[in-house]
Amino acid sequence: MSFVARRLLQLVPVAVGVTIIVFFMIHLIPGDPARTILGIHATPQAIAELHREWGLNRPLVSQYWLFLDRLLHGNLGQSLIYGVPASSLIWSHLPATLWLIVYATVLAIVISVPLAMLAASKRNGVRDQIVRAVPLFGLGMPPFWVGFLLIDAFAVHWRIFPVSGYGTGIGGHLLYLFLPSLTVAIALAPVVIRSLRASMLSVLGADYVTTARSKGVPGSRLFIRHVLRNAVIPAITVLGINIGFLIGGTVIIENVFAIPGVGQLMINSIFQRDFPVVQGVTLVFAVLVVLINLLTDTTYALLDPRVRFDR
Amino acid sequence: MMGAGEAGGAVTLVTVAPERATPRRAHWFRQPALIAGLVIILVIIALAIAAPLLTSYNPIAQNLNDTLQGPSARHLLGTDQLGRDVFTRLLYGARVDLKVGFIAVLFPFVLGTVLGSLAGYFGGWVELVVMRLVDIVVAFPFYVLLIALVFVLGPGESSIYIAITIVGWVSYARLVRAEILVAKRQEYVLAAKSGGLSSLRIMGRHLLPNVISQAIIYAMSDIVQDILAIVTLGYFGLGIPPPTAEWGSMINEGQNFLTTHWELATIPGLAVVIVGLGLSLIGDGLADLLRPGQS
Repeated sequence: MSFVARRLLQLVPVAVGVTIIVFFMIHLIPGDPARTILGIHATPQAIAELHREWGLNRPLVSQYWLFLDRLLHGNLGQSLIYGVPASSLIWSHLPATLWLIVYATVLAIVISVPLAMLAASKRNGVRDQIVRAVPLFGLGMPPFWVGFLLIDAFAVHWRIFPVSGYGTGIGGHLLYLFLPSLTVAIALAPVVIRSLRASMLSVLGADYVTTARSKGVPGSRLFIRHVLRNAVIPAITVLGINIGFLIGGTVIIENVFAIPGVGQLMINSIFQRDFPVVQGVTLVFAVLVVLINLLTDTTYALLDPRVRFDR
Repeated sequence: MMGAGEAGGAVTLVTVAPERATPRRAHWFRQPALIAGLVIILVIIALAIAAPLLTSYNPIAQNLNDTLQGPSARHLLGTDQLGRDVFTRLLYGARVDLKVGFIAVLFPFVLGTVLGSLAGYFGGWVELVVMRLVDIVVAFPFYVLLIALVFVLGPGESSIYIAITIVGWVSYARLVRAEILVAKRQEYVLAAKSGGLSSLRIMGRHLLPNVISQAIIYAMSDIVQDILAIVTLGYFGLGIPPPTAEWGSMINEGQNFLTTHWELATIPGLAVVIVGLGLSLIGDGLADLLRPGQS
């Protein structure tokens, strides 16, 4: 358990740094942030009010303390447009985003594992060459563009899936979020296929696989029982490392498919210049990444005792 | 990665005897992936430069009598909702997207390489500070921090450069630090140290040339990421402001006509994919060239 304690301790500077960056975002705004945010038609009273609320007249350090103090009380500020706490807006948009993240992760594994197995089964064979060409094309595909193509084909042309939205109930979510999750999974798959193929190849060369082979374990059984099991753990790590990419992808895709998630909230708030909400969303996404990384690391340490004693 | 016909035995040989740095002199012209990638990118750059010779249309001139025309002899790829020639916008868009993509990769490359080498070489508190900074930046999802930064800085080219630098340097810093950690224990560095050379000279003349190849290989895929980022920012209206021809805003505008004119959104996306393919091939080819024996 000391591993978890150490890992948590490492999080302290990260957490402080994250809050500093989010806090400083308002000071990156050119000119007087209050005036810029409220727009040219803002009354002097409204500007003065925002100055007072954010403590913009105080020294930077005390502004940061004010920000941190509110944050520790769960206060992410008030939405300038809706007049409700940013935290409650984010909270209500979170379920759709979490659905999308989990669904996309599952689809990414469903796409990547068979393809990586196909490639690793015969190194440099025809199938391997074809699978290795996937990332060459896949990495350059803008995710929102892939979303449009999928909408065009499966929602407009063949009418199998809905064009946009979130649906109701578990069945509705599974149906409505299929194309969006598939889009995110397609963006993620090239990276996962690449590292999964590499880890499968290295497992195939391991002594215990040679032993199993010499005992006469048939190929398919060998692959599933010995290779796949040991290669999937690295794949989960790869997904953990790319969680930032995955979450960033959901921001884009939620807007393509009009899914009422945190990413859509972020972009809408940007268009409405609702600064506290943008700030809050940025912070929440960072917290999400940190928590998921902590979870992957801890799971990994529980599964593999060697990790706990490393470093 | 592509087409590297290495034998399993050669791999072990190289790892066992790292002193033999280049077992066989690798020639760039023997790398099919590198050649193919270079050809793709050079052709696209040539098309972008020669744009005024290849088309007589103006990329931003509207012609409202001629909107949403399908492909024809007069308009190779048709016209958009404002009657602008799509082929022309595609060519001029290449100028913008490639230029911004290539410039955007420079700053994070330099910043990350410098900070990564300092961290790797000096260790101690320098390393601690740099690596904590890396931890903080990677805590933010790439697109979230990028979009938030461009939003607060205001849309436009310089905001894109600043935002990509803030978000992008960490990969180079991690990569270069890891390489330096290994390289600084090599004999040639120890020899240079005992010879009394200054740290700056050892880093600049001895270490960097040996570790930079990894960063260059990574930069190829990073340019793809940067172009995707620019295109995505364009989709959100945070990129290069209209009416400048840019692939992202072309896709964005085309999405409104997906049911009737699917090609408007599809073609600029294909252009991005082809650029991505070219750069990935160059990256793979360089990897084979600069790291013989590894795949």
